[in-house]
Amino acid sequence: MPNLKDLKNRIESVKSTRKITKAMQMVAAAKLRRAQEAAEMARPYAERFNAVMSKLAASVGDSDSAPRLLRGTGEDNVHLLVVMTAERGLCGGFNANIAKLARTEAESLKAHGKTVKIITVGKKGRDALKRDFGDLFIDHVDMTGVKNIGYDDAQAVAKNLLDRFDKGEFDVAKIFYSEFENVVSQIPTMQQVIPFQVDESAAEDEADANVVYDYEPDEEAILADLLPRGVATAIFSGLLENGASEQGARMSAMDNATRNAGEMIDDLTIEYNRSRQAVITNELIEIISGAEAL
Amino acid sequence: MADTVQFDLVSPERLLTSVAAKEVRIPGAEGDMTAMPDHSPLITTLRPGILKVVSAEGEADYVVTGGFAEINADGISVLAEKAIARDDITQEHFKTLVDEASDKLAKAQEVYVNEPGPVDDAAKLLADMVAMGDHIGLSAN
Repeated sequence: MPNLKDLKNRIESVKSTRKITKAMQMVAAAKLRRAQEAAEMARPYAERFNAVMSKLAASVGDSDSAPRLLRGTGEDNVHLLVVMTAERGLCGGFNANIAKLARTEAESLKAHGKTVKIITVGKKGRDALKRDFGDLFIDHVDMTGVKNIGYDDAQAVAKNLLDRFDKGEFDVAKIFYSEFENVVSQIPTMQQVIPFQVDESAAEDEADANVVYDYEPDEEAILADLLPRGVATAIFSGLLENGASEQGARMSAMDNATRNAGEMIDDLTIEYNRSRQAVITNELIEIISGAEAL
Repeated sequence: MADTVQFDLVSPERLLTSVAAKEVRIPGAEGDMTAMPDHSPLITTLRPGILKVVSAEGEADYVVTGGFAEINADGISVLAEKAIARDDITQEHFKTLVDEASDKLAKAQEVYVNEPGPVDDAAKLLADMVAMGDHIGLSAN
């Protein structure tokens, strides 16, 4: 049986752990609200943007003159996976789930004989994938210094991607992030950004409305202008969703941790009281038997 | 004929304004245009410039740096890359925008040595930016 002093120390240490997890939970809750707001504010732009893009892409179609970002390189050999995760841990399965999805995809691509390249955004994803795919890493974007994700950050990532695409370093690019559904559920998501994929439902809606648009300048020039922005927009909404998911995941993870610490404190306190009782009983027995012996 | 049209100005980060507008002056890539209710459907890209919204509450100006506008039966949506209310823009702010445009030009000149297209585009962007600054009384230097 552990002695009283040890038990007391352990209770103290679990109590301070509980304080920390509780504080982290509250910080995450506050940050979550802000991250959620940011994600919601960005939604109108992304929705409208995609609607217009789909419309344009559908009308330009697969013609040879269509921009490469829409048409693709005509090949399907080199895949670039952009894995976006958090910079910090202690947020439940958040980082691991994204990394898992990316790993499954990378392995299945490899099994089909494709070349895989990986860019990581956020330290945790890099750490998780380093062992298996370290040799496939071509770049890493550090987001440690970024407090509130701005469009500029997304643009920087997008530019990196587009430069590589122009140099012919890859044929298909996919981004990995976690979609924020609610505090307890975040869905790891894979989205193809290059070549641009037409959102079927948006295109169909427009077919119903049957509106003929004027374009200024012509459709293809607009599309060429918009496609690079589309990549940035997709990355931006991915990053924002990620931001909200991370805080949500951390909040529930820390809530669990706080609860577990509470249970542990209860158990330890019972054990402590029992041992104290046992010590007292022991002392009493000693005193009584001592008295009887006289 | 309706006398107002739903107008939304959104940047990637947020929805800046959503009002029933009487007219909207848009700095289109191929020239300024004024969109009024029942305008024919149109999609245009923007150049850096001033976007003016006239609504029942009065006039509001925004500085936009590019993006595009969509006009259809439901209303007018302007999706700007960056949009700032004119009153909020400062000399410093404007300076960064101009610097960005100059950087882009310098880079374009470096990368596309024998292709005038991208260089001209970048030069036009910078010129538009400076012209816009003159218009609102901010200097590019």
